[in-house]
Amino acid sequence: MSDILTLEGVHADIAQYHILQGVDLSVPEGSVTMLLGRNGVGKTTTLRTVMGLWQAHRGRILLGGQDITRLPTPRIARAGVGFVPEDMGIFSDLTVAENLTLAAVSGPIDSARLDWLLDAFPPLRTFWGMPAGNLSGGQKQMLSVGRAVIEERRLYLIDEPSKGLAPAIVTTLARALKQLKAQGASILLVEQNFSLARALGDHAVVMDDGRTIWAGPMAELAADAALQERLMGLSMEAHG
Amino acid sequence: MSAAPEHAPTFTRAGLGQRLTPWLPALLVPLIILAGFVLIGSVSSWLTLTVAGLAMGMMLFVMASGMTLVFGLMDVINFGHGAFISVGAFVGVTVLLWLAPLAAAGSVPANLAAMGAAILGAMLATGAMGWAFERVVVRPVYGAHLKQILVTMGGLIVAEQLIYVIWGPQEIYILRPEALKGAVTFLGAAIEKYRLVAVGIGLVLFLAMRLVLTRTRIGLLVRAGVENGEMVRALGYRIDRVFIGVFMAGSALAGLGGVMWALYAQLITAHMGNELMVTVFIVVIIGGLGSVEGCFLGALLVALTQNYVAFLAPKLALVSTIALMVVILMWRPQGMMPVAKAK
Repeated sequence: MSDILTLEGVHADIAQYHILQGVDLSVPEGSVTMLLGRNGVGKTTTLRTVMGLWQAHRGRILLGGQDITRLPTPRIARAGVGFVPEDMGIFSDLTVAENLTLAAVSGPIDSARLDWLLDAFPPLRTFWGMPAGNLSGGQKQMLSVGRAVIEERRLYLIDEPSKGLAPAIVTTLARALKQLKAQGASILLVEQNFSLARALGDHAVVMDDGRTIWAGPMAELAADAALQERLMGLSMEAHG
Repeated sequence: MSAAPEHAPTFTRAGLGQRLTPWLPALLVPLIILAGFVLIGSVSSWLTLTVAGLAMGMMLFVMASGMTLVFGLMDVINFGHGAFISVGAFVGVTVLLWLAPLAAAGSVPANLAAMGAAILGAMLATGAMGWAFERVVVRPVYGAHLKQILVTMGGLIVAEQLIYVIWGPQEIYILRPEALKGAVTFLGAAIEKYRLVAVGIGLVLFLAMRLVLTRTRIGLLVRAGVENGEMVRALGYRIDRVFIGVFMAGSALAGLGGVMWALYAQLITAHMGNELMVTVFIVVIIGGLGSVEGCFLGALLVALTQNYVAFLAPKLALVSTIALMVVILMWRPQGMMPVAKAK
């Protein structure tokens, strides 16, 4: 299985802070790779750097073998990267329909894809013509994920989709992401919800202090409480 | 906007109150017109003042609409916006003087052709000027508000001096095209024809802007960009191209406003744009930064208030606009129709 995304020794600064200090990771094509680690270790910065929203000043980022390190964000997106930011980034003044229309960059929305999406996230159907600002937090997250997946992309970067959401909403999101995975999608997913991480992840990458400190099969990490304790300072069993 | 998919998603309506709340400021315009009617007493005076206020409001809207979009989308405080108003007026008047035989002819189509050419010339010139202004003056200071104020003020001064160089330092008096001279009488009130035309142009422009912003992809991009430019880029759009397009369109609109104001005042000076900027800023602020609808309402409120107060209590006319801004901002500190911004 070839890698759809590869980061080689990526360094990035935010203002005067040196946040990423050598991130190495790869996302095999057609799999879900979980990016794990404690708060503030650089997971979100890693996704934003891949997306070109922060600039890597050292190292290389390869998308399907093509160097995208210096590409501007719109070109990275057009190269087939869908992004769900931590703050969801929905356009609250635009309706649900308008948000999705704008996300379909290559033309009109494919009706079969839209059918699938609206079945996966029924509130988007219900609130189709409503301004997105009127949605609840969970519905906004569905829209944010929906916007990324409204078109088939080569890679999805999803940042903490379950953050702050009610368990029922998390279940809906997990089901949709599993369907996406079953379609063969390549996903790099930052997630603090360990049961979700265990259920979705094929591979795991653990970060600490802006570096990759471990990479391997998710099942291996999930089965080894001592390893979890050593890498993240807690065990999945305790937080599952 | 794209049609709802064939499986017809259920539209869930918000409660009436919830839907109307954002539009409450729209009630202020009829309320102020009604208050004017009660306080002025005379129907003919009220009608004259109301049409004058609406015409002035439309011209302010035309001038301010581009600025509010630039403010909202690009987060640029452009004190140089007044330069586009002045240059638009001078270019438009120059074209009108070149076409004096058409403007003075007794034929309405000839008059309208002259006015159309003046408007087109002004908008093309100020649109091109906007492109250069964004490249040279604004681009180096994106994200730095203090520098923006300083360099755009500098740009305004340079533009005014260039007007002196090209057109000379003296004021220019102009005559309106024949068809726009004079007044029509209605309910005993003499209403200038030009004011009715200005109201018509403003309304058409407002509706066209609404149509573009709500029914086209570029409009969606502008609205989305006002709220969260970073996310627009992350979806794959070159927001910088939207920026320059909006800046040019905003500059061209200011140029159009300049021509309209020139024909209204029948006198132009190099610093007319600068003088109008205080009112334009107030319109933009009370409307809500980035909101075209807010800008439209703000312009009408400011103009109607100025006209009514100038008639009822002339000594208070100068402070009426500031007082209106204070009241509106106490009610809605983000302006009447604020646009949500990403944190």
